[in-house]
Amino acid sequence: MRILIKKGHVVDPSQGIDEIGDILIKDGKIKEVRIQDKEQKAKSKSPLTQPFSSMEEGKGGGEDTELRTIEAEGMFVIPGLIDMHVHLREPGYEYKETIKTGTAAAIKGGFTTVCCMPNTYPINDNASVTEFIIRKAALEGLCTVLPIGAITKGQKGKELVEMGTMKDQGCVAFSDDGLPVMNSLIMRRALEYSKAFGVPIISHCEDLTLSEDGVMSEGLLSITLGLRGIPAEAEQIMLFRDILLLKLTRGRLHIAHVSTEGSVELIRDAKKRGVNVTAETCPHYFSLTEDSVKGYDTNAKVNPPLRTKKDIEAIKEGLKDGTIDVIATDHAPHNRDEKLREFDFAPPGISGLETALSLSMKLVDEGVLTMSQLVEKMSLTPARILGLNGTLKPGADADITILDTKKEVRVESKKFASKGKNTPFDGWMLKGFPFITISKGRINEWQ
Amino acid sequence: MLNEKDLLGIKELSVEEINLILDTAAAFKDVLGRDIKKVPTLRGKTTVNVFFEPSTRTRTSFELAAKRLSTDVINFSVPTSSVVKGESLIDTALTVQALGADFIIIRHSSAGVPHLLAKKLRASVINAGDGTNEHPTQALLDAFTIKGKKEKVEGLNIAIVGDIAHSRVAKSNIYSLTKLGAKVRLIGPPTLIPRETEDMGVVVFHKMEDGLKNVDVVMMLRIQMERQGKGFFPSTEEYSKNWGLTLDRLSLAKDDVIVMHPGPMNRGIEISSEIADGPRSVILEQVTNGLAVRMAVMYLLAGVKK
Amino acid sequence: MPKEFFNKKDIDRALTRMAHEITEKNKGTERLCLVGIQRGGVHLAKRLASKIKVIEKKEIPVGSLDIAFYRDDLSIRKEQAIVRKTDVPFEVTDLKIVLVDDVLFTGRSIRAAMDALMDLGRPAAIQLAVLIDRGHRELPIKADYVGKNIPTSLSENVEVQLEEEGLKDRVILEKMDIEE
Repeated sequence: MRILIKKGHVVDPSQGIDEIGDILIKDGKIKEVRIQDKEQKAKSKSPLTQPFSSMEEGKGGGEDTELRTIEAEGMFVIPGLIDMHVHLREPGYEYKETIKTGTAAAIKGGFTTVCCMPNTYPINDNASVTEFIIRKAALEGLCTVLPIGAITKGQKGKELVEMGTMKDQGCVAFSDDGLPVMNSLIMRRALEYSKAFGVPIISHCEDLTLSEDGVMSEGLLSITLGLRGIPAEAEQIMLFRDILLLKLTRGRLHIAHVSTEGSVELIRDAKKRGVNVTAETCPHYFSLTEDSVKGYDTNAKVNPPLRTKKDIEAIKEGLKDGTIDVIATDHAPHNRDEKLREFDFAPPGISGLETALSLSMKLVDEGVLTMSQLVEKMSLTPARILGLNGTLKPGADADITILDTKKEVRVESKKFASKGKNTPFDGWMLKGFPFITISKGRINEWQ
Repeated sequence: MLNEKDLLGIKELSVEEINLILDTAAAFKDVLGRDIKKVPTLRGKTTVNVFFEPSTRTRTSFELAAKRLSTDVINFSVPTSSVVKGESLIDTALTVQALGADFIIIRHSSAGVPHLLAKKLRASVINAGDGTNEHPTQALLDAFTIKGKKEKVEGLNIAIVGDIAHSRVAKSNIYSLTKLGAKVRLIGPPTLIPRETEDMGVVVFHKMEDGLKNVDVVMMLRIQMERQGKGFFPSTEEYSKNWGLTLDRLSLAKDDVIVMHPGPMNRGIEISSEIADGPRSVILEQVTNGLAVRMAVMYLLAGVKK
Repeated sequence: MPKEFFNKKDIDRALTRMAHEITEKNKGTERLCLVGIQRGGVHLAKRLASKIKVIEKKEIPVGSLDIAFYRDDLSIRKEQAIVRKTDVPFEVTDLKIVLVDDVLFTGRSIRAAMDALMDLGRPAAIQLAVLIDRGHRELPIKADYVGKNIPTSLSENVEVQLEEEGLKDRVILEKMDIEE
């Protein structure tokens, strides 16, 4: 099976490519990339005016010569996106999402690799659960699934898991996400021990004693609504501690879902001092403020909570100057009935895979990021952190996303491929939805 | 006419609506002064009290108001716990609607619950207290009481004393009294008065002696013992010594000051017995007025076209 | 274009006649009182009381009655009735009460007024005085004292305007647009 993607605007920061070009895929791998040279640009012709030398029609001695041509004129062609922070809910919470439906949502969102967090049931704190996830994904997953193991057994924050064994089984990183590791000594040990296996520790920064029972950002609005607030400092205190422990241990640390101005400042400062920390944020933290909670809309209940305009500005600035390395989704699907209840008791989380790319495209429209920088944040950099590809270099797996940035589409949560319809973006008009997502050479497309 | 079919909070009411409720309450207070304290106006309608938090005073007040308007009243007491596996909130609400409820009076420990029900149900939803958000009928009856004694609310110096952070009564009163043009002061320990309240159009004091100077109305709030264990204040003795209302402190206010309390009182802690039983107290009148105000609210909500 | 049926003099003569009729039928003013129905009947009741005072040289009690809580059209009316003052500062039990209203139409307001009165006590008798009777009764209600009978159609409206409300004393008949 061969696929030829023609005349798309190829953006591949790993090769420094940002121009019109063609890509040829064969047997699930990228065979060749040809970009328009200056002369061809002037003539506005497709670079591959000649058929590929090895692919002449009718010839090919015994090989499968079936060719699918995708007209990608006017669309971006980028390496498949890599989401470092996804909750696939399987095993244990299949009523919220399964590996099958979660990866279907990922593909629809332009993601060809997702890393799933361990707060399943049972928790992924041992090799057999890791093995289950890998096996289920191979059977039913529509894209690559890489498990993230827990840091501590049962995510209780007391005993480290068998990182080595779990890494061998397939874990690419470790995190107690959903919870912080409150005990500083344990966090220190985790950062030290993980060095032996070359994997990053991903930290969910939250001081539980400060955030206690909070359900939204603390401020005048939380008082006005009568909801318990979580001060920004709950995130910053833990973040600062983690950075100091990182300095102490010289391990590898990645900060999950950065949401506050203060956190961006702390990370920027740490990087200036040469600390080896990376950080991610999520689309809702640069698209929505706490005002979305007005009316007690549980779709806007998320942890960390939505913050203020100032925080949004700081996060955009952090993305622009490289303080924040990655845009991940923290895709957190929940069952409809769970969200249709008292704000206090509704589980926090946004089903984000299917809106992440188009929300992030707005950053390109606003001039916060170039398209190439966006692709870095959502593909190349996560790849670097986790030791993956994130590239369109010949020989790499054919993980490619083709996106239409012209057509404006209304977000309709009830049509999501994810079981989780919980999103505050329902009804938004957005541009930049994937036209086709190719995962290891398999084409996924929608009308 | 009121604008919405529900009474969810003072935040959602305009000044005109507040005044309409108070004027209508005056007519109902007349009715309550007669031998026959009942009017047939809402005959045939059904009122359901759905109380997820225990409450005798507010529930009986609403029950009596509903009966005096000739509605049929049902009481639904629901044990509250997020852990207990029982009927979901939405299912309970739909069941109540299936019983033919025209009015649903709800008290719940979570903010926003009345708002959720108001969206889902055809009936008129009345918020009888949702977590630390609001208790609108309490604020309305407080305003009615003040108006009754002082003729108007505008321009009065009103002090609210106590656990502002956790008091839905305080919040609703802050909204209504500022809307009606009063000069509102909050008095209490810093741990119980969030900093952000200064942006609500009020003045904050941490010393009773400073805050009570020249006030026309003192509104005392109940101090909840549970707050003691969580670092909000070290002991009730310390609280009482610093923020309890004594005759000495009351003398700093105007001579014709009135003292209010939403009840139930912790005698000797936030308020001394001499004041509670004394000539400045209007605490019992608040209860009577509560009935008239709740009748007015129900009457006016019934007139909103759905 | 509203048509003026009654002017100031007409209203005054009618009220004078009615005052005489009231005192004649009741053989004086003993245990007699007037209660005006909000809003139209309140000022008329006071005027009748003044006229009765001139005739009989006696003052009789006057009250005002709001019927908002006794209406039967809560769900039908476009706008909810405004609640006004009920001021009946005397015991109604054993008294002869003359209800006073400006226009008698379907009779439902009078039915509501009677129910309201009954909740205040047990009158010895209730009589009805109206300035204008425009017909179209929907209940078996009859006025004992009538200023004038004006036959109307349902598409017309009768309005009594009084000086006490800042208008000229007159009664007008107006054709209404039929409501959808």
